[in-house]
Amino acid sequence: MAVRAAPRAVPGRVAYINARLLDPATGLDAHGAVLTDGEIVIDVGPGLFAGGVPESIEVIDCKGACLAPGLVDMRVHLREPGEEHKESLRSAGESAVAGGVTSMVCLPDTDPVIDDVAAVEFVARRARLIGLAKVYPYAAATKGLEGRDVAEIGMLAEAGALGFTDADRAIGDARIMRQVLSYSATFDAIVIQHPEEPSLAAGGAMNEGELATRLGLAGISPAAEAILLERDMRLVELTGCRYHAAHVSTAEGVAILRAAKSRGLPVSCDTAPPYFALNELAVGDWRTFAKLSPPLRAEADRQAVVAGIADGTIDTIASDHAPQDQDSKRLPFVQAAFGGVGLETLLPITLDLHHNGHLSLLDAIGRVTWAPARLLGLPAGRLKAGAAADLILFDPDSPWVVDPDRFRSKSKNSPFDGRPVQGKVLRTVVDGRAVFVADA
Amino acid sequence: MRTSNRIAAAKPAPVVEARLPAPPFRFPHRHLLGIDGLGPEEITFLLDLADGFVEQNRRADRKSSLLRGRTVINLFFESSTRTRTSFELAGKRLGADVINMQVAASSVTKGETLIDTAMTLNAMHVDVLVVRHSESGAVKLLSEKVNCAVVNAGDGSHEHPTQALLDALTIRRLKGRIQGLQVAICGDVLHSRVARSNIHLLNAMGARVRLVAPCTLLPAGIERLGVEVFHDMRKGLADSDIVMMLRLQSERMKGSFIPSVREYFHFFGLDYEKLKAAKPDALIMHPGPMNRGVEIDSDLADDVERSVVLQQVEMGVAVRMACLAALGGERGAAEAA
Repeated sequence: MAVRAAPRAVPGRVAYINARLLDPATGLDAHGAVLTDGEIVIDVGPGLFAGGVPESIEVIDCKGACLAPGLVDMRVHLREPGEEHKESLRSAGESAVAGGVTSMVCLPDTDPVIDDVAAVEFVARRARLIGLAKVYPYAAATKGLEGRDVAEIGMLAEAGALGFTDADRAIGDARIMRQVLSYSATFDAIVIQHPEEPSLAAGGAMNEGELATRLGLAGISPAAEAILLERDMRLVELTGCRYHAAHVSTAEGVAILRAAKSRGLPVSCDTAPPYFALNELAVGDWRTFAKLSPPLRAEADRQAVVAGIADGTIDTIASDHAPQDQDSKRLPFVQAAFGGVGLETLLPITLDLHHNGHLSLLDAIGRVTWAPARLLGLPAGRLKAGAAADLILFDPDSPWVVDPDRFRSKSKNSPFDGRPVQGKVLRTVVDGRAVFVADA
Repeated sequence: MRTSNRIAAAKPAPVVEARLPAPPFRFPHRHLLGIDGLGPEEITFLLDLADGFVEQNRRADRKSSLLRGRTVINLFFESSTRTRTSFELAGKRLGADVINMQVAASSVTKGETLIDTAMTLNAMHVDVLVVRHSESGAVKLLSEKVNCAVVNAGDGSHEHPTQALLDALTIRRLKGRIQGLQVAICGDVLHSRVARSNIHLLNAMGARVRLVAPCTLLPAGIERLGVEVFHDMRKGLADSDIVMMLRLQSERMKGSFIPSVREYFHFFGLDYEKLKAAKPDALIMHPGPMNRGVEIDSDLADDVERSVVLQQVEMGVAVRMACLAALGGERGAAEAA
C-alpha cells in the first residue's frame, strides 16, 4: 500500500499563551506561555509574552489548560506489517495523537518480525511519511523471536533500534538470555524482557487463583513473573547489561525490582494502566477484553504496583497497546487472543494515579513523558527551548466515559470499556503541527 | 646467538637484568605445558635460542645434529596440519627421529585412551612428546604419567605456548623489543588458547595487553589476567603497536556467541578502516588459518606491508626447535648456548 506524504506546510511561529506549563524533568509547573518556531520550541516561561504577543505570531489561547510534552509510549504493538486489519501505522498514529502520544516505541512482533535492518528502516520510513506520532522501533532480541539465536543487535542498534526484546515472548532459556544480555552489553544496548517464565505460564489464560478456579480456567501463577525476574536479575549481575522489565504486574515482581535497584543493578521497569487500574475481577464472566498478557492480577498485586509507581520502583507507564480484531476476541476465553488497546486511555488512566493521590500531576505526567524518553535516550519528553515542538494541551479533570467505538484505533478491544475517566487531550502537536484537535 | 640485552636494555630499572642467569643457562623445567608460570628470563632464553635457529633455517644446509639419536613423538589428539608440520620440521632439523601419531579423540573413552597411550609411549623410551588435545588440562595429565619431556602443542582453551613464543619472536625481531609495546588481541578470546598464552607471555615481558571482543566472546574474570578490555575496535586498537587477530571457529559464527558473520565482520573484523586507529606501523598477526572476510579483510591479510602472518609461520619452526632443544636433553641447551 503506497503512502503519500501528507502535504505539510512548515509551521511558522506559534505562541501558546495562558497555559499551565508542565515540564516534569525540571519540576516546572507554572502559568505561562510557549513559543514554537517551525518544529522547535524556542521559548518557555511564566513571563513570556507578559507584554502581549507580536502580531506576526499565531496565537493559541490555552485558556488555563495544561501544556506538557507529548506522551512517550514505550510499548506499543504495531500490527503493520502483517496484520493491517488490526492496526496500520496510520491508524496507530491517529490513535496515538488522539491520546496525546507524540512518540511511540513499537515492538518487533510484526509479520515479518523486525529482526533485520531493512525492517527497522521500513517502519521508520513509513511512520515519517504518515507524519503523525513519531515511531521508534525496538528490534528482536533473538532471530524470529524464537529464543534461540541472538539477533544482529549491533547492526540493528546502528540502524536505530532503541532496544531489544522478543515482545510478548519471554526468553526462557537461561543460557540464551545470558548471551543476549552479554552481547547487548557489548553495544550498551538495553534489553526489554516480558517477565513470565514461559514453561510455567504455558496454557494459562488468566491469573491463577480462586477466580480462575471458579471460572474453570487454567491459571498463570504470579510466581511465573517472580521466577523469571529473579533469574534475570542474576544474569544482569553477571553481564552488566541494561535491562528493562515490561509490564510488571505482581507484588513480588515489584519487590524483586526494588531490591535489584537498591543493589545498584542497571535495571528499570514499566507497568501498563490495566495493572494499576484493574484487577482479575475485570475478567468477570469470561470477558475476553480483559484477557491480557501478563494477566490481570489480584487486588493485593494491583496495590503493590501502585505503591511501586509511587515510590519510583516502577519508572515508567506504557500503554502496552495490543490491537486485536473481533475475530481474535469473540471466542471462548481460552481461545481468545491476549492484549488490549491502550493508546487513547494512557493519559486518563495514568491521571487516575494523580486523582487518587498517589502521584502529583507533574510526576504522573513525568512517567509517560520524560522518564521513558530518558530511559531510551529519545530526544523527547521535555518542555524547554531547543526541544522538538511535540506538545499536548490537556484538561486533567475533564470527565468522559471510555467508548471504544469512538477510538481512532482500528481495534476496539479495550479493557476499560465503559469506564468513567478524567483527563482529556485537547490538542496534540508534533513537530509544531497540530495533528489532533479535540471537538469543542 | 643473540643475548637478551635487547630486552633488558629497554627496561627502565635494571632489576631483571640483575636476575638474568649466567650462561650456560639451562631451561629449568622438565616440560613446557604453558607460558603461565614462566619468568621473563626463561622466555628470553627460549627466544634467544630460537633466534639462532632462524639463521640455521635460512642456510642451505638446515640440519644440525643437536638432537641426534633422540626421539620426538608428535601425539595429536586433535587434527592439525600447521603445528604438527612445524614440530616435525623442527625435530628433523635438529636431527631427531620424529614420529607423528594422530589419535582420534572420539574413538575411545578419552581418559583411558590418554593415559594408556602415555604409558605405552613411555615404555618406548621417547625423549620428547609433543601433545595436542582438545581438552584443557589433558597435556598436564599426560605429563604426569611419563618420564620424558612434554611440550604442549595446544590443549583445549587453556594454552598454546609455542604459538605465544613464535608471536613474541616475530614481534621482537620486527620491533626490536616487547617491553612497552601495546598489543591488541582481538576476537574469540573465550575459546582461544592462543590468547591466553599470549596474555601471559606479553604481560611477563612487560607489554600492555588489550583485548577487543564482544562480551559473548570474553571469558569471565579475564580482566584479572592483566588486560584492558574493549568492545569497540577503534577504541581498542588506538595507538596499538601490534594487532593480533584470533580465529573465529566456524561453529561459533552463527548462533548465540555472535549473530552472524556479517555483523561480526562489521564490528570486529579487521579492515583498513579500523586499522587506522592503530599506529601507522602497527603489525597485524594471526595464528592461522585465517577466515578471510570473517575476522580479517582479505586484502589486508595479504598486505605484506602490514601482515606478518608468514613471518609467524617461519618463526614457528625456529621456536619449536628451541623448545625441543631446551627440553630434549642437557646437550641441547648447552650446545646451543
